[in-house]
Amino acid sequence: MGWVWAVAALATVALVLAAVYRSFGDYMAGVYTTPRDWRVERGLYRVLGVDPRSGQTWQAYLRGVLTFSAVGLLLVYALQRTQQWLPYSLGLPAPSADLSFNTAASFVGNTNWQSYSPELTLGYTVQLAGLAVQNFVSAAVGMAVAVALVRGFAHRRTSTIGNFWVDLVRGCFRILLPISVVGALVLIVGGVVQNFDGFTDVTTVAGGAQSIPGGPVASQEVIKLLGTNGGGFFNANSAHPFENPTAWTNVLEVLLMLVIPFSLPRTFGRMVGDHRQGYAILAAMGVLFVASYTALTLLESAGHGTAPQLAGGAMEGKEARFGIVGSTLFATTSTTTSTGAVNSMHDSYTALGGMVPMLNMMLGEVAPGGVGSGLYGMLVMAVIAVFIAGLLVGRTPEYLGKKIGPREIKLASLYILVTPTLVLAGTALSFAIPAVRESVTSTSIWNPGVHGMSEVLYAFTSAANNNGSAFAGLTANTPWMNTALGVAILLGRFVPIVLVLALAGSLARQDKVPATSGTLPTHRPQFVGLLVGVVLVLTALTYFPVLALGPLAEGLV
Amino acid sequence: MTTVIDTPSRTSSASARTPGGIFTWSQVRAALPGAFRKLDPRQMWHNPVMFIVWVGAALATVLAVAEPFLGGPTESGGTAVPASFTAVIAVFLWLTVVFANLAESVAEGRGKAQADTLRQTRTATVAHRVASYDDAADPGAQDARTDDVSSADLQLGDVVVVEAGDPVPGDGEIVWGIASVDESAITGESAPVIRESGGDRSAVTGGTRVLSDRIVVRISSRPGETFVDRMIALVEGASRQKTPNEIALNILLASLSIVFVVVALTLNPIASYAASPVSVAVLIALLVCLIPTTIGALLSAIGIAGMDRLVQRNVLAMSGRAVEAAGDVTTLLLDKTGTITYGNRQASEFVPITGVDARDLVRAAALSSLADPTPEGASIVALAHKAGVDVGTRAPGEIVPFTAQTRMSGLDEPDGTQIRKGAGSAVMAWLEEGGARAVGTAAAEVAAAVERIAQSGGTPLVVAVRTPGEPGRVLGLVHLKDVVKEGIADRFAELRAMGIRTVMITGDNPLTAKAIAAEAGVDDFLAEATPEDKLELIRREQEGGNLVAMTGDGTNDAPALAQADVGVAMNSGTSAAKEAGNMVDLDSDPTKLIDVVRIGKQLLITRGALTTFSIANDIAKYFAIIPAMFMGVFPGLEALNIMGLSSPSSAVVSAIVFNALVIVVLIPLALRGVRYRPLDASKILGRNLLVYGLGGIVAPFVGIWLIDLVVRLIPGY
Repeated sequence: MGWVWAVAALATVALVLAAVYRSFGDYMAGVYTTPRDWRVERGLYRVLGVDPRSGQTWQAYLRGVLTFSAVGLLLVYALQRTQQWLPYSLGLPAPSADLSFNTAASFVGNTNWQSYSPELTLGYTVQLAGLAVQNFVSAAVGMAVAVALVRGFAHRRTSTIGNFWVDLVRGCFRILLPISVVGALVLIVGGVVQNFDGFTDVTTVAGGAQSIPGGPVASQEVIKLLGTNGGGFFNANSAHPFENPTAWTNVLEVLLMLVIPFSLPRTFGRMVGDHRQGYAILAAMGVLFVASYTALTLLESAGHGTAPQLAGGAMEGKEARFGIVGSTLFATTSTTTSTGAVNSMHDSYTALGGMVPMLNMMLGEVAPGGVGSGLYGMLVMAVIAVFIAGLLVGRTPEYLGKKIGPREIKLASLYILVTPTLVLAGTALSFAIPAVRESVTSTSIWNPGVHGMSEVLYAFTSAANNNGSAFAGLTANTPWMNTALGVAILLGRFVPIVLVLALAGSLARQDKVPATSGTLPTHRPQFVGLLVGVVLVLTALTYFPVLALGPLAEGLV
Repeated sequence: MTTVIDTPSRTSSASARTPGGIFTWSQVRAALPGAFRKLDPRQMWHNPVMFIVWVGAALATVLAVAEPFLGGPTESGGTAVPASFTAVIAVFLWLTVVFANLAESVAEGRGKAQADTLRQTRTATVAHRVASYDDAADPGAQDARTDDVSSADLQLGDVVVVEAGDPVPGDGEIVWGIASVDESAITGESAPVIRESGGDRSAVTGGTRVLSDRIVVRISSRPGETFVDRMIALVEGASRQKTPNEIALNILLASLSIVFVVVALTLNPIASYAASPVSVAVLIALLVCLIPTTIGALLSAIGIAGMDRLVQRNVLAMSGRAVEAAGDVTTLLLDKTGTITYGNRQASEFVPITGVDARDLVRAAALSSLADPTPEGASIVALAHKAGVDVGTRAPGEIVPFTAQTRMSGLDEPDGTQIRKGAGSAVMAWLEEGGARAVGTAAAEVAAAVERIAQSGGTPLVVAVRTPGEPGRVLGLVHLKDVVKEGIADRFAELRAMGIRTVMITGDNPLTAKAIAAEAGVDDFLAEATPEDKLELIRREQEGGNLVAMTGDGTNDAPALAQADVGVAMNSGTSAAKEAGNMVDLDSDPTKLIDVVRIGKQLLITRGALTTFSIANDIAKYFAIIPAMFMGVFPGLEALNIMGLSSPSSAVVSAIVFNALVIVVLIPLALRGVRYRPLDASKILGRNLLVYGLGGIVAPFVGIWLIDLVVRLIPGY
């Protein structure tokens, strides 16, 4: 009967997403293209000294992204380092320098990797003024960059790709905030807590004393998911009953993670004036998502051993209220988007099952990926697929009327280089530098052997791809891990953004080539298949050797 | 009226020539020394993928030599390896590099023979340079003093006299005279061609030979920069520059190579923790198998062979970029005359007007055409003959030749009778000027007939006569029909399927143009086209993002040729046209444009196909090497050994042998090019993905498995 639940859960999610795809996607396109500003926005532009009507070159746009993120990074770092003097700090001290850097990088980079246990480390001020703010703005930055790339395809012969400040402000005010307000209320109804009570000491039924943490959870929870951030209010993340109390809030949380990434293809289709292009991107994302969900659910349901047989699947590390399907759906969603929230412990999955979330991230999180980053990641893959396919039909490759020449390919090629290099180099350095190896093997790794290697690999995969989920079982709060992962997060976030914006600028400058019957159609199933193939071959294959040393070695016994 | 170009009215000679894709032993023998010379790292550096293999091979060689002394690794990843393992890897890595160089050498070698022939024409000859040329007083340089100098010393602007039997000492324009010239050294065409001063046939090429008469030529090229020099450089591939697509592909391949370098470099530190490190030889083998060596090895051969295919069809592309642009062309401008129609209009009907004896009309038309050397004239006489009117072979009286001013030709008979034939308006004007008032009703009838003929795509010639003492009168019309080439409509349908719009360019009036356009099946036409109109049309098309190809031969075509993305100049044309275009067709066959487009597409498809094949190959290679690398530590990985390879060493060697051999197997394909069929893009993609994508996944599984069957026989593997 398990498969009925699996199909039903997927169908529910798919139906809701399908229902909002057009209207929400069109709405987002409107947000980024309308010439009308809200009054509150105009006020903000005046404060920032921004002319909302003036377009920016890609360099100016990039300067905006980098300046804004650098300021955010410093602010979050400073807030943490001064925590003991801040109000609502719950008496918690300031975290160490390396942990503060890691956390700042992680939240500014839309990653939300947490090397710490939140409820025991950060007070309400840092959580709200630092982390929650970044949860909004880092998501809005990702969407802005994606929209800038889409404009590159849509515009012709211009040097501008939109205005970063306008895109940032509108993304926050018109997309993320309204849904967050509604979403938080619904979550409160579902049982998620929202208070400023700090720790409450209670005497349990059995007579023991327990300190129960409270906090403004619902308001954090919704943007954590909607902005594909993933940083939990509690260490247990969405497995914690105060964050994700019931089976239906679980489905709602899955939907919150998917709604923006899966609707952005519509926004893309609308902005380039061809909805079929949006559907093609959506289809490629959908195929990979469903394949991943199917694989993970099958592997977890078929867990070996007596306990899994009796439980009807590998239930270790999973919440009874979600079951196998509720856990695998959440895990698939969390790792195919760049969320990284967990409602079950991926470390406890079957060996091959644990490889699936890892693979999802290794694919570059394009199915459907983080808010914005998923779309631009998939579009970069489409550029490469178009290049290969274009040669195959005997034309200089073109995508949406834009020629894919040396400059475009150079940028796309560098893009696909960044994350594998960060993941592999980070993992290798953890074992290659003697002092670091000592720290990693004796302090960080709790499960020596192949599984320990997988944990380190997972950590770097998660950081470089800005996912933020952890394979658990790894102590990441060490100077090396905090620093290396923080650097991987920043490079994994901003180097691709530089390349994507450069690509946007290069595309916007071009004229459009009219489509003829000799033009490669990029909206047919054929192209979708090719795109999926390119994503799989160009990314997953890179990691095959290390996977053979980790989950494959562990799983193929 | 269009002037008739001396276009050979034959269909493309492409089919007659062999494409030359055959890869013979003699070619290989000739290319081998070059393949080894290219092992120089300074040359290898230009191909990043093969450079990595080169470095790997060098490293493996050093290891193979050092290992026996150092007691090198006897195991890798926990599995024992035979003593000869590193040496075998080194040998096959060198072979991989040599095979890649061989592909390039063979491709280059095919241009060498043609270059040698051309070189012979370049040998210094004696030129008769006019000491002080005076174009006004003595244009024929009859009285001027000439010095004999070596052709190599001729400077730009020098004037030389070339007489029957002399070779033309350099590229130039005829400033005086007319001569028949043998251009077979360059075009391969043995029939002599006429070259004369003024007009569009005034260019002569150094190395050709004057067969008759005497011409005065002004040299238009610097020493060492003649047409033949450029041709030699082109066919030898010396001036080959990477095209934008090739550069883009190289970048992608470099990036894929770097990723795998990272994979190889990071593998051992990671393996050192929970597994056991693999030997350097295995690591090199893994790297070489994963980087796209197949396409990396064949990429430049594909480019050279593509240029060579054009040369085989007697088209010289001045740059590789032009060949690629040809594949991208979306609009094709085709001159009606010579391309779509045979160029010589044929008389098909005599149309007498009311009250005129048909025989009078036929006789007058035939008489006035006797002295007309054009095919039209001959066809009128022939049609008259068929109608039973024989006017003999010599025109009785004084011939009035056709001029652009009068737009008429005719005959003045000894008795004073004047016959004129020509464009309707011109003939009617001539009659009125002769005082003919009685044209009234005839004028309307003539106008109607002109309209009818023009609408059917024909050219109406009005025939009139003026006898002394009588008012002139119209006899009737001759219907000249433009004959559309057979099968041309099918070719345009093919082009449409390829996504190319065809536009017919003609000097005809819109009515005639429309009828011929409909018959030939072109998508659009430009009637009464002036060179300016043509240029304007190209600009407009390019404005809309189209890539335009055209052919041209006249000096007035030069701006349009330069503006077009692909401009094919006819070799018979002026040197201005040849300078402006980016290709020269030695056969001067405008239909060739279609072949050029096809070759351009084929070039890109071949690159794409081998890239897809190369990348798809990785999957099977992984399944060979990954289990082999760590099976000693993790026996469970045997599950990935789906090919059932006999041992880890054998698996690695088989993969590396396959990787080397596949290059050799694919050289003929790289040289010949992938078969191209004019279909729409979606069908082509589907087919090529099936053959080269799916084929690329499956082929190495079979290949590596077969090679393993042999390798496992070697003791120790």
